[in-house]
Amino acid sequence: MRARVYWPVTLAAALLVGLLAYGVTTTGTDTTLDSAMARGERVEPPTSAALPVLGDDGSGSLADYEGKVVLVNVWASWCDPCRDELPLIEKAHERLAAHGGTVLGIDVKENSGAALKAVRHFGLTYPNLRDRDGSFVREWGQTGYPENYVIDRDGKVAAVRRFPVTQKWLDETLEPLLDEPA
Amino acid sequence: MRPLVAALLALAVVSPAALAAAPRASLPDIEDEVMCLECGTALNVSNSAVADQEREFIAQLITQGKTKRQVKAALVQEYGPRVLAEPSDNGFDLTAWLVPVLAALGALAIVLSTARRWRRARPAAAAGDEPALDPDDARRLDAELASFDR
Repeated sequence: MRARVYWPVTLAAALLVGLLAYGVTTTGTDTTLDSAMARGERVEPPTSAALPVLGDDGSGSLADYEGKVVLVNVWASWCDPCRDELPLIEKAHERLAAHGGTVLGIDVKENSGAALKAVRHFGLTYPNLRDRDGSFVREWGQTGYPENYVIDRDGKVAAVRRFPVTQKWLDETLEPLLDEPA
Repeated sequence: MRPLVAALLALAVVSPAALAAAPRASLPDIEDEVMCLECGTALNVSNSAVADQEREFIAQLITQGKTKRQVKAALVQEYGPRVLAEPSDNGFDLTAWLVPVLAALGALAIVLSTARRWRRARPAAAAGDEPALDPDDARRLDAELASFDR
């Protein structure tokens, strides 16, 4: 009797442990990018998956900006610190655009109507993509709002800022990258 | 006149069915079936800014006269399938449906097997199927009993 019960119980326990391990590994924060930045390394973006364009039917991705310096701005209109930094981000876009670069906004977890209202309110002129459920930024190890990632001309992540930007940080981070050859 | 009568008859037949199929949506009815995406809790117990925005979105759709099903479809369109508070029936989410059923079946199997063992053990005990007395003990018992007869 004992042997008859042993294997089904062991199997059921193993399945439950596996399920728990899967849940823990898939919901935890990925710190790979932060570790690379701490070592001063530039790395490939965790994902360049295509996302729906905000206010349009098409889709877009980081791959559309090959050879350009890109400031990826993770934001949402319900996030006050994000709204506070949007004027700075728009200014950074104007500066980047003058050198062939761009800001790429990633609007996270909100309906397009609310996001477009904010785009109009702040007069944002750069492209925005929609990460409807936050799965894209999760792969970037997102921990909060806003976040900013800087992509160099080789398409590698050169800097990560996991809280609001300052003009000083933008100047110190973007200027040297714009000076690098393509 | 005949088309009017036909139209009225059709309305009388269709309207109750249509009303039954598409009840008017309400925020409290939908809130507990929708997730606050940022907080990871049901919308009816969330007070974050994201939750407020989701509620506002739902209220707008209700004002437009959308049914509950249409509101949920619009939510999925805008926020993705994770916005619904029930797991989908494919991929890894399927485990959320299967594990409780398998656990219940496992528990039932254990109860049935235990009950069967009890039932088998009881008649044996009732039939007086106790082990025979050791010969030494039997001799001692006889001696003890005989001492009472004296």
